[in-house]
Amino acid sequence: MTKIVVDGTEVDVPAEYTLLQACEAAGAEIPRFCFHERLSIAGNCRMCLVELKGAPKPVASCAYAVKDCRPGPNGEPPEVLTRSGTTKKAREGVMEFLLINHPLDCPICDQGGHCDLQDQAMAYGVDSTRYGENKRAVEEKYIGPLVRTAMNRCIHCTRCVRFLAEVAGVPDLGAIGRGEDMEITSYLESAMGSELQGNVADLCPVGALVHKPQSYEVRPWELSKTESVDVMDAVGCAIRVDARGREVMQIEPRVHEGINEEWISDKTRHAVDGLRTQRLDRPYLRENGRLRPASWGEAFSAIAAKVKGTDPKRIGAVVGDLAGVEEIYALKALMTSLGVTSLDCRQAGEAIDPAWGRAAYTLGTGIAGIEEADAILLVGTNPRLEASLLNVRIRKRWRMGPLAVGLIGEPADLTYPHVYLGAGPETLADLASGQHSFAEALKAANRPLIIVGTGALARPDGAAILAAAAKLARDIGAVTPEWSGFGVLQTAAARVGALDLGFVPREGGHDFAGIAAAGALDVVFNLGADEVEIGPGAFVVYQGTHGDRGATRADVILPGAAYTEKSATYVNLEGRVQTTNRAGFPPGDAREDWAILRALSDVLGKRLPFDSLSALRRALYAEHPHFAALDTIAPSDAVATVETLSGLGGEPTRTAFVAAVPDFYLSNAIARASRVLAECSSLARVRGLEAAE
Amino acid sequence: MANRRLAPASEQPAAFAFSSENADWAKGQIDKYPEGRQASAVIPLLWKAQEQNGGWLPQKAIEAVADELGMPHIRVLEVATFYTMFALEPVGKFWIQLCGTVPCDSCGARELKDYLHHRLGAPGHVSADGNFSWLEVECLGACCNAPMAQINQDYYEDLTPDLLGKLMDDLAAGRPVKIGSQVGRTSSEPLGGADTLTDATLFDGSRVGAWRKRFEKDEENEAGKEEAASSEQRAASDPKPARPDAGRAAERPVTDAPAQRAAAGETPVKPSDKDDAADRTESTAQPNTPAPAAPETIAKAEAAGAEAGTQSALPRNEPPPQPTNSGASADAAAPASAPHPSDPKKGN
Repeated sequence: MTKIVVDGTEVDVPAEYTLLQACEAAGAEIPRFCFHERLSIAGNCRMCLVELKGAPKPVASCAYAVKDCRPGPNGEPPEVLTRSGTTKKAREGVMEFLLINHPLDCPICDQGGHCDLQDQAMAYGVDSTRYGENKRAVEEKYIGPLVRTAMNRCIHCTRCVRFLAEVAGVPDLGAIGRGEDMEITSYLESAMGSELQGNVADLCPVGALVHKPQSYEVRPWELSKTESVDVMDAVGCAIRVDARGREVMQIEPRVHEGINEEWISDKTRHAVDGLRTQRLDRPYLRENGRLRPASWGEAFSAIAAKVKGTDPKRIGAVVGDLAGVEEIYALKALMTSLGVTSLDCRQAGEAIDPAWGRAAYTLGTGIAGIEEADAILLVGTNPRLEASLLNVRIRKRWRMGPLAVGLIGEPADLTYPHVYLGAGPETLADLASGQHSFAEALKAANRPLIIVGTGALARPDGAAILAAAAKLARDIGAVTPEWSGFGVLQTAAARVGALDLGFVPREGGHDFAGIAAAGALDVVFNLGADEVEIGPGAFVVYQGTHGDRGATRADVILPGAAYTEKSATYVNLEGRVQTTNRAGFPPGDAREDWAILRALSDVLGKRLPFDSLSALRRALYAEHPHFAALDTIAPSDAVATVETLSGLGGEPTRTAFVAAVPDFYLSNAIARASRVLAECSSLARVRGLEAAE
Repeated sequence: MANRRLAPASEQPAAFAFSSENADWAKGQIDKYPEGRQASAVIPLLWKAQEQNGGWLPQKAIEAVADELGMPHIRVLEVATFYTMFALEPVGKFWIQLCGTVPCDSCGARELKDYLHHRLGAPGHVSADGNFSWLEVECLGACCNAPMAQINQDYYEDLTPDLLGKLMDDLAAGRPVKIGSQVGRTSSEPLGGADTLTDATLFDGSRVGAWRKRFEKDEENEAGKEEAASSEQRAASDPKPARPDAGRAAERPVTDAPAQRAAAGETPVKPSDKDDAADRTESTAQPNTPAPAAPETIAKAEAAGAEAGTQSALPRNEPPPQPTNSGASADAAAPASAPHPSDPKKGN
């Protein structure tokens, strides 16, 4: 720790701190444009100049370390002045230079109202210009369907370039030319290839890069902001849902150090327009082969008529990828009271039994824990597409120091160097028998981590593969009471919560494939499962939000609420319990899902014992206490689970693993309803074809 | 410098690959750098690619270099667009890079520019005969021989429009040309020929041992007068203080400022200086803020001012009125009454 005096206040900070960090520790505000906590230091905007006593000129505080400051003549701690005349003059000068070429188009700029340059010009600038010459004009660039450019406004902070090169690992942007003619662009104006590219518009301190889909649509001051959680994948990114009236306008990231730091994927951000289209806003009833709009009463009585005459053994219930814990709990309670045994939430057909223990279906280390791993084996997963922000964490870990990453499964560009080991289960066996050189790296590692993807589990021999991976984890000592280096990478937001609730077949019940099989059952409750088609024969009650595959197959449609329209609990792939918040109301006659099930239970004569969300949650928490601890990961006994899993046995086949998420941009009903994500998807497909050539 | 873009697709070659000779050379360049730092070779490789492609860099060459070094294409494009030495569009057989930075500009680069405009048209275009294209670039580091231009690999300096025209004619006709200064000076020696180190004896060897001869001569003279003591004996009997300037001729300090004189116990201003001073009665300037080092003088000056009836009654904390007549500036007049302590001119 080093002492430093900031504006007369002495603070004790680590020597490796920069002056900017030291000033912030002392409570002084330092303006900045190019500096960003999570990016490398560029030091090119000069806005953070401060006066350092003894230095001949103001110094850029973002790039000047506390340990590089010289003490005073009598050994006094170095002194920084952030409010002195020199500092003020330096800031005014920098601001004047920045504004020389910056257009005065704030009234039509999408950044207006949340613009760093605007705010800092107000706080630190002067009120007039002395520049009479022509301003620089820069051609607009095409850099993809998600980010619009207004390059006249660019102040060359290079945050976008650094973000893509460092965090995203897809260095698509660069700065061509030099000096005044420097321009930010992608190579020959091709679309950026990163699944995190939307973040560059968030990072842009001016309006040079703005979100294309909502450009000219929103002003920050007309939005109501609701803190929530993303459900596009199982990572559960912290988001802020910005709504105008009842319409969700945009989704922005929130900082959550344990999950997404401050980034979100493009799917999370731009699924917004999917929330508006293809919505189910009233109940529907199939009559004579055609769906017709119906009232709630009609829909309920149709269901009741069907259920009453059906043997509970011929009834099944399935849960899709986007359902919250509350409605799954309500559905399970209703089905249990009806005596239904065929329940399943494992839409992809994953071979996971919650009885094995929680460590068998979550990532025990947590996402932040990845930073402590020193060797990572990915089995049947492409984390870049299945859990983008988790992949960012692995890349961050790789940037921090040497990291051995091995991949078994489909070859993929993970954005960090990795050893491609093989395509299928036999490679796992080779690794276990030490035939592969990567086995040494795993054995030598202090904290190895084995991540098994859904692609490896969602197949007939999934249990055997899980057993083999667990056995390998046990043999290399990956799982100890201190370090649970074995985990499963879930891809659906609803899955961990549903498994926690035990929404799996009870004795004698069918599993997902069995329920969906043609003619297997007479009545099927489908809570938002859109990825699997339920075979002909059954009377399907679909409760969901979008007119997607599930609704097309339904005999009764009950319109539910999307994740931005209800307060619902989701458990992410780490096992972290989080809740969404309501940013707006569901469209039309649509209702919150738990309330629909509660109303339906009344019609079925099996009234559920809760009349409000809080009563439901009280019952839920009494039964499953860990749901009450928000934003925490309930501890689980990974050692015992891995022991159990290793004992499962079974012989894996030799079929190669396939991706759990074939199309990143179209992985659920909301995303499939989004026009923006459809465009991204087609671009990605073209890029994939080009890469294959 | 304008925005630099790749040449239009119609001019781009369909493919680029290093010739086997250049590929070997490139490999040698890459091998200079440790594993993982191959990107350091990007400039030599781009240069070679440009040379191989007739003086300009096509898109495919940028991509080839990027692929060879394992860099993203945009990173190599950044380098290629940063430096004007990489031409992104086809250039003439002779590519003239005219320096337009300040030293060349003040020595006449603007006339050269006008000349090139007149003869070749706008920069960046190849002349009809395919011989020339030109570009104004920033400093090429030959300011001593400004104005200058780089034509292909060589510098041509001390140019005038006439000389440049002749040079271009010669190049176009394939006649031999002189590289470097076009007015006959060697390297960067002064324009009128060398004016230092001109003594022929410096170079003919006659100076070798000259200092020794001088000492021997002195010693002969001394020996004629008295028995010379050894230098050690002399040093013992006549010690000198160990100062940096020990043994040098005693000199007065360079400055003879009033403050120094005051410190030495003398009157700050010499009477002779006072006689030289301007006549206060004719000065309209007010005495400056008094210099603290010479209070005695100020008192005198004020008394003198009061006697002379000048405006010394003005409050001290107000700025003095500025002199109205152009003949005597405030600086010239003020020290007469209140010499500035650090002004050495007045002391001598």
